[in-house]
Amino acid sequence: MLEIRFHSRGGQGGVVAGKLLSVALFKEGVHVQAFPAFGVERRSAPVMAFVRMDDQPIRIRTQIYNPDHIVILDQSLPQMIDVTLGLKSGATILINSEKKPEDFNFGDAFNVVTVDASSIAVKHGLGSVTQPIVNTAILGAIAKVLKIVKIESVVDAIKEESPAKAEENAAAALEAFEMVEG
Amino acid sequence: MNKVITANHAVSHAVKLANVDVIAAYPITPQSSIVEELSEMCARGEVPAQFIHTESEHSSMSACIGAAQAGARAFTATSSQGLAYMHEMLHWAAGGRLPIVMAEVNRSLGPPWTIYTDQQDSLSQRDTGWLQFYCRDNQEVLDTTLLCFKIAERVGIPAMLVLDAFVLSHTYEAVNIPDTKLVDKFLPKKDAPFIIDTSEPHAYGGMMNVDCWMESRYHLQKATEMVNTVVEEETAEWADLTGRNLSPLQLHRMDDAEYVILAAGTAAWTVTLAVDMLREKGIKVGGIGLWMFRPFPVEQLRKVLKGVKRFFVVDRSVSFGHSGIFAQECRSALYDVEDRPKITGIIAGLGGREITQTGLATEIENAIADPGSDLIRWMEVKT
Repeated sequence: MLEIRFHSRGGQGGVVAGKLLSVALFKEGVHVQAFPAFGVERRSAPVMAFVRMDDQPIRIRTQIYNPDHIVILDQSLPQMIDVTLGLKSGATILINSEKKPEDFNFGDAFNVVTVDASSIAVKHGLGSVTQPIVNTAILGAIAKVLKIVKIESVVDAIKEESPAKAEENAAAALEAFEMVEG
Repeated sequence: MNKVITANHAVSHAVKLANVDVIAAYPITPQSSIVEELSEMCARGEVPAQFIHTESEHSSMSACIGAAQAGARAFTATSSQGLAYMHEMLHWAAGGRLPIVMAEVNRSLGPPWTIYTDQQDSLSQRDTGWLQFYCRDNQEVLDTTLLCFKIAERVGIPAMLVLDAFVLSHTYEAVNIPDTKLVDKFLPKKDAPFIIDTSEPHAYGGMMNVDCWMESRYHLQKATEMVNTVVEEETAEWADLTGRNLSPLQLHRMDDAEYVILAAGTAAWTVTLAVDMLREKGIKVGGIGLWMFRPFPVEQLRKVLKGVKRFFVVDRSVSFGHSGIFAQECRSALYDVEDRPKITGIIAGLGGREITQTGLATEIENAIADPGSDLIRWMEVKT
């Protein structure tokens, strides 16, 4: 079982990122489960989403308390919430930021990777400069960094599930995949 | 076709496959996405049903009653306060012997206001005459929806499939969506035995005198008792068609079990995880997932609990002043059995509080160590 926790703000697409990742993983034949931390949804409020994958059917039905990795869609979140709570030692923290990994201080137990998903999203016309929708760019970075899913599966999932701008979303994922160091 | 969808959308897909004639609904979290998806399916022309946006849940059920009385296949969905508001018409649907199907997403009743899950809302409707089935995962939700239509129409009794708010309703999982041909074969449309027909006028639900009213309820009870056999047949046919087994009691590691834990809904999967944890410690525990609640599977329960020392019943509900509702049901089912296990009721997970496998396993270990706790225990409550 591998467990991933997404931290984002309402409107950035963190919940959809979890769903799309589960769709991509399912294409590769593993059992998946994706769900948000259930709350009253508000734009810009901190939101969590969870993805589980396993080669066995998944019976567990609780939130993820000890994730293997975390993905942060908004770089201001670590200042207000304890994003590494329960995170396993050796985990990867993938964070949407124009900064370098060494600009963040999450301690020595984790591998920090940054990707400028906001710029990629804006470049592809996803959301606005102030409210970029960064989830599909982040998914491309996940494919490269976490190596749990092929970029082809991610792109297929995005194209199938996007209600609008399918090509732009797929292009954002591909660009992030190319840009980030795996 | 296999697709990653939420349990709520698994209901929508099943209702589409069931080829319903009328959908009448009023939105309420966490049910809304079931009927939102269905209204979009109707708007796209994929579901040739009449979609009625009602002004209340009371009216939704009333519209379904009218539709079913005219011989139409009718569906609605609700939660919590919406279900409570429907209460009067739930009796009418069952008393009228109308095979309406409803998806009920378990949400706690306010106040205090909340949107999270427990089973108080559906279990408060226990005595309305509706059949009730509790689902553990998205696939069971789709399968149970279709089985509800089949079972309800065979016996002329409305059926409610019940699923946990959010933990199930809004969780994405892979679901096998069977093809139309398979479902058409399993669930063909048949003429209802008594319908509104202007060419042959009848009155339904009117005044009935003391000489025969009581018999209407006797027949409802007899038909509900028949459901045990109907469920056996229909789940067998469904298993033949899909390879997927459902049964009133879903058993986990029951061989040689000295202790048994029962729960319904997603907590039933958590029970299996707690059982596995306790088995690793050498404690002989088994698990039961309660799928069918009405009719209550009395005989099946007596059979599987033979030789069991203690029986722990997990309730996400309370009948205030007594105990958990499943615990009461189990006690009454087992009372006349000579070698019955000692029964302990555990209240857990009210208002969406998480039932974790470690939390449940710890609770069971504590309960085993405390033979005095028979009527009611409160898991992880802050006192």
